[in-house]
Amino acid sequence: MTHFNAVLLFALFVSTVFGITMRSEPKMMIRFGAYTFAMLVGSTIVASWLMWIIKR
Amino acid sequence: MTTQVQVAAKANSGTGASAYLVLAAGWLVPGAGHFLLKKPIRGTLLLISVVGMFVIGISLEGKIYTPNTGDLLDILGFVGQLGSGILYMLARVFGWGHDSVQIAVADYGTKFIVVAGLLNIISAVDAHSLANGRKAS
Repeated sequence: MTHFNAVLLFALFVSTVFGITMRSEPKMMIRFGAYTFAMLVGSTIVASWLMWIIKR
Repeated sequence: MTTQVQVAAKANSGTGASAYLVLAAGWLVPGAGHFLLKKPIRGTLLLISVVGMFVIGISLEGKIYTPNTGDLLDILGFVGQLGSGILYMLARVFGWGHDSVQIAVADYGTKFIVVAGLLNIISAVDAHSLANGRKAS
């Protein structure tokens, strides 16, 4: 398993649970889950590029 | 606000499940609390998420913590993994996982197992909130 695959799976499962538990309406659950997934994956990519820049 | 909470409490009183029973079931078996509240889709998704994370963690040769009084992070790791309920117990009984991190990705595995436990606690508390009417639906 690559690091990125691990990130995607982690984000998928965490966003599923967060979406269900943090919102009451199904539509809002899906929206919040998608938002959480995007933020988790996006912030990981941004942090990765920042570490790459710092290393250079 | 108060009116909304009271209405929600009445709406959930028809399931017949005690709030503490739902909390305990949700902790012991991932998603069971939601199944007791007749929310099978949410229960299934929570079950897949928690079990999926736990299985991935085990397959990555993550560390299974044991009760300890040593390093603070080890204590917290044990508490987090204990949140998985029966999955943690099965892992201890059948010797799944490892006592120590031996390969690079095993650290990821350990984190997956800990987070699976924490997500399961969130799920159980959510089911409890649904049962006592604190959460609307």
